[in-house]
Amino acid sequence: MADDDQDLADRTAALAQAFINAIPHSRELGMRLVEIGRGTAEMMVPYDDRFIGDPTTGVMHGGVMTALLDSCSGAAVMSHPEAPAGTATIDLRIDYMRPAEPGAEVHARAECYRVTRNVAFVRAIAFTHDADDPVATSAGAFTVERGRSGGEA
Amino acid sequence: MNRRPPEPVQVIKQRRDAALERLAGNVPFIAYLGVQFERMGDELTARLPFDDKLIGNPFLPALHGGATGAFLEITAIVELAWSVVWQMMEGGGEAAEEIEAGAFPPMPRTIDFTVDYLRSGLPRDAYARATVNRSGRRYASVHVEAWQDNRARLFAQATGHFMMPR
Repeated sequence: MADDDQDLADRTAALAQAFINAIPHSRELGMRLVEIGRGTAEMMVPYDDRFIGDPTTGVMHGGVMTALLDSCSGAAVMSHPEAPAGTATIDLRIDYMRPAEPGAEVHARAECYRVTRNVAFVRAIAFTHDADDPVATSAGAFTVERGRSGGEA
Repeated sequence: MNRRPPEPVQVIKQRRDAALERLAGNVPFIAYLGVQFERMGDELTARLPFDDKLIGNPFLPALHGGATGAFLEITAIVELAWSVVWQMMEGGGEAAEEIEAGAFPPMPRTIDFTVDYLRSGLPRDAYARATVNRSGRRYASVHVEAWQDNRARLFAQATGHFMMPR
């Protein structure tokens, strides 16, 4: 039973990574899926000189956090037990707590904590070394696209 | 009365373009996404030329929400920094000399940023303009709108708060 669960988890993770690789922008930014659960996801983006937002400090641009938090939140929606056939961001609010240290990879953890008929609600954090000392937090609303009955998803 | 002759238009243009280039041209992530700024007087329009690497949904296809969000945030920060530099540059005196010498104030820091995704981003060029709605000594509030083919049909908008550099 536990082995079956592990098996399923491995296959889900492999599928999810393939899914990320199929998203050109996420692949370009070097995003990787660390973990996927039931309505939760962890992703990371490595530090890259090309993504610097402030050349005087070497801190990565906030836009990289936006992409990471958006992707990770979307993955959490798709991994929810009431998984929609598809999803798109309705809105995403990001609060920046502190700059990410230059050189450090940034991780994001997202939790899809509620799915209604039409909307999925997700909160997420971005951090470098310590999840209790986040770089940024986010709250987002996502569409829930139900596959048309009898049609494609 | 002795009036100084006005500066030649080319000199003024060159100074303003050089200031803008210094603000936006040295940021690796702006270059990575391919965002460019067009200037008419003090008004800036950001352009995001379409590229395959910006795609988030290859089936539609549609721009990645992260790419759209990053484009809006870049536009908002550059507009805000530009409004400060413009004031210094055009106000004359010491501040203008600092800008002339390349001593720019540090970039504003994002406190929060909220993106509204209004419709999916099409696989073509996008444009954005930002408005600084409030700019105090410490905090600023900036709104930004993005469109593609039709200026009246926004595909995304955002509001952000920023900490002004001291």
